[in-house]
Amino acid sequence: RPGWQQARNEEEWDFLWCDVSWLRENFDHVYLEEHVRICHFRNHYELSRKNYLVKNLKRFRKQLEREAGKLEAARCDFFPKTFELPLEYHLFVEEFRKKPGTTWIMKPVGRSQGKGIFLFRKLKDIFDWKMVSMTVFSIVSLDLQRQVSIFSFVTSSSCTQKDETQIETYVVQRYIENPYLIGGRKFDLRVYILVTSYSPLKAWLYRDGFARFSSMRFTLNSIDDHYVHLTNVAVQKTAPDYDPEKGCKWMIQQLRQYLTARHGTGLVEVLFADMDNIFIKSLQSVQKVIISDKRCFELYGYDILIDRDLKPWLLEVNASPSLAASSQEDYELKCHLLEDTLHVVDMEGRLTGKEKRVGGFDLIWNDGPVSRGGNLGALVNGNFVANTHLGCFNDRKKQLKELFGNLPA
Amino acid sequence: MLEQDSGLSLTIARIVQRLKGSSLHSQLERQARISLHNPEIKLESLKEDIKDFLKTSGWEKKLQNAVYSELNVFPSPCHPAAPPEHMKEPLAYMRKAQGSWEKRILKSLNSMCTELSIPLAQKRPASEQKELLNKWNEMGTDEPDLSLFRPVYAPKDFLEVLMNLRNPNYENGEQLSFRNHLGLIQVPLKVKDIPELKEDFSELDLNVGQLGIDDSAQVPPEFFENEHVRIGQKVLAEQDSAAAQQYVRQGCPTALRADLWALILNISNQPEDILYYEQLKSNVIQHDLLVDSLIYKDVKLTASNDDYYFVFEDYLYQVLLCFSRDTSVLEHFAYSSATPPKSYIRGKLGIEEYAVFYPPNGVIPFHGFSMYVAPLCFLYHEPSKLYQIFREMYVRFFFRLHSISSHPSGIVSLCLLFETLLQTHLPQLFYHLREIGAQPLRISFKWMVRAFSGYLATDQLLLLWDRILGYNSLEILAVLAAAVFAFRAVNLMEVTSLAAAEAVLADLSTLKVMPLLQIFLFATVT
Repeated sequence: RPGWQQARNEEEWDFLWCDVSWLRENFDHVYLEEHVRICHFRNHYELSRKNYLVKNLKRFRKQLEREAGKLEAARCDFFPKTFELPLEYHLFVEEFRKKPGTTWIMKPVGRSQGKGIFLFRKLKDIFDWKMVSMTVFSIVSLDLQRQVSIFSFVTSSSCTQKDETQIETYVVQRYIENPYLIGGRKFDLRVYILVTSYSPLKAWLYRDGFARFSSMRFTLNSIDDHYVHLTNVAVQKTAPDYDPEKGCKWMIQQLRQYLTARHGTGLVEVLFADMDNIFIKSLQSVQKVIISDKRCFELYGYDILIDRDLKPWLLEVNASPSLAASSQEDYELKCHLLEDTLHVVDMEGRLTGKEKRVGGFDLIWNDGPVSRGGNLGALVNGNFVANTHLGCFNDRKKQLKELFGNLPA
Repeated sequence: MLEQDSGLSLTIARIVQRLKGSSLHSQLERQARISLHNPEIKLESLKEDIKDFLKTSGWEKKLQNAVYSELNVFPSPCHPAAPPEHMKEPLAYMRKAQGSWEKRILKSLNSMCTELSIPLAQKRPASEQKELLNKWNEMGTDEPDLSLFRPVYAPKDFLEVLMNLRNPNYENGEQLSFRNHLGLIQVPLKVKDIPELKEDFSELDLNVGQLGIDDSAQVPPEFFENEHVRIGQKVLAEQDSAAAQQYVRQGCPTALRADLWALILNISNQPEDILYYEQLKSNVIQHDLLVDSLIYKDVKLTASNDDYYFVFEDYLYQVLLCFSRDTSVLEHFAYSSATPPKSYIRGKLGIEEYAVFYPPNGVIPFHGFSMYVAPLCFLYHEPSKLYQIFREMYVRFFFRLHSISSHPSGIVSLCLLFETLLQTHLPQLFYHLREIGAQPLRISFKWMVRAFSGYLATDQLLLLWDRILGYNSLEILAVLAAAVFAFRAVNLMEVTSLAAAEAVLADLSTLKVMPLLQIFLFATVT
């Protein structure tokens, strides 16, 4: 990046791209000056750890229902029914017994890349389940009604050989059994949202993203088959017939075109508007909880699943989305994404603060909804049209040139 | 005058004969009979009343569409006394060349067959049939051992044949000068020049709105896009094939494309069509053809490795395997210069009673064949409809891309058109490339044979195929190929080898088709 220098260890730095472990260890102890920028918020896990996210969403929903009524609160129903284990175990069993035969998915809260996830339909499957790598779990039975068990999931740390055990929290979530399939395959979407401040809330949506396909055809028969159900590239990479040349990813533009050709513009616009709703509401739900710091910003990777009724569901939010590239196209996307992130963070101080678009990022929330009108003239028909362009044409180079004039980008 | 009339009446007679046997005919009869119950139909003016009824109920439109479709597909007979070969291909030397090419292909297929000791066709054992039926929707998961199979031919083999085509009646005794044709194709076919193309493709002119240009983010939709979409919806409501064909010349809106193409190709996915497809499917289950392995191999090699089409692998098998068994495809050989290969039941070589067409549809797939189907998967999701669209596209357009003929949309003419356009309008570039051993056709041939499928980004490809349907001609492929060279001319002038030239033109995925065509046809100073 022109004008930037990489700081050596021990030197003072102005901008830090760190991982969350560094943050955990150092943030509270290091003095950070006014002008520095760091790429995570102190308690980002309120959004990125699955159990906290659920907690925050549920709380926010209740609040919305109180303040704005049932209809508005229903717009928070983009998260499949989730329970934290072991805490909410009996609540989960109650729900489980209400609808026998549904499939549930068990996910460890702290891990990523698809590790430790499995599906089940019967409670006894959890009993039978044993993790391949050093897991021991003890089942303690108590009596409630007729029979209830409390699980404590105990995993031994993979770093040490000792019997060091930590209790790991899991979430169990209703599995979405009717995902939208293309060519018989399931896919999920990775969308990038950049938050530069939480109070007031300022969020940007990147126009590009991608759809990750499972490399096998979808069927509910093979619950044990990780490769069918988990679309993380990390898991797909270990599948026996994974061909790295295949790339099993589509750009969101491609997906948007495919869906438009199949369902027409109207339905697709509703789908994407619903996704906008997911982004905003999820951020709003943690707005009050996240420790706001002018010096922090965060780039989130949202995982969205679309079901056969064209309803989007939020699977999870990643505070450290993978920046590894699986193909040339992917590499370019991620490079541009990072470049534009830095443009928005604007350490060079070139922006006026009134921009609605920087490169591939569109400002979608600025302490209130952002409309598309403005430089294109009046609002369309006097209606509010959101300033989101997910899956639309991304002419970022041109836009950057207009924005920054002829300054070196 | 008289000839024109007799030509017209011949055409009418032919269309009537073809439509007489079709399901549309029986449907019309049935509708007419049902209409007899209507009170408006009176005995005295029976004929007129029924005609009016058919008009208002939309059946006349369907008939119109069917007639229009026939006109599009079948060429008019040149002369009442012309023998049937002339409808296939009027020039004798072309017929001969096609014949020897076919012999070569068949020989290659037969030798592969003997080498591998696999019969060309055999009945599947019952267990295998059941297995295949279960796996019908996911044939891509099969991993048969295909290492011993090779594609019967690749586009570059075909190019070699075309390069050696000569008209024995044409004596080119002149010295080789700049005014001669410097390209690879050396047959004296008439091709259009830019003024003629400008006229033919007048809807692509600079002052006419286009999808692919005037729907970009910078242009407010009120200027063109909204109105165009509205007109498209109207065309669909009217169900008028001819209007649709005219409409798509300016491009199809994404949401309407599937229906518009079906309207132009006159595909309506009636129950009998679905039944026919199911029948083909059961043929696939019952018999195993050698060609099936070729298809598998082709799909695995091409479409499955494509970044965007890999998802549709299963659909491709479902379409192509059925396609090989579809004998209705044999009808297109009446106007194609090709002849379906014949094979003989084992032990009865040469005895006509034991001859069968092999494969049953007469089309031997070559390397890249599955790419004809892949883009269609973006538009159609029911296998039977996808199948019919593909079949119709094949018998109208794609077959011309791999058979030797003098037709203006045939691959020979396309190559010649490409080379002539390039030589006439970019002579320096052409000469330079020829000097370094990089004849332009060597690079662009594969684009044209595949109708650019797999080379362009999908949305651009669909915009291009809109125009193929709209103009009922493949000439636009040659124009686009020349336009691509024109676009990258600066870089090409600097290369010094064929490999370097290939590298400059290796990636077309960022190209925008319509601006290139417009600039080349209408904005280049000639």
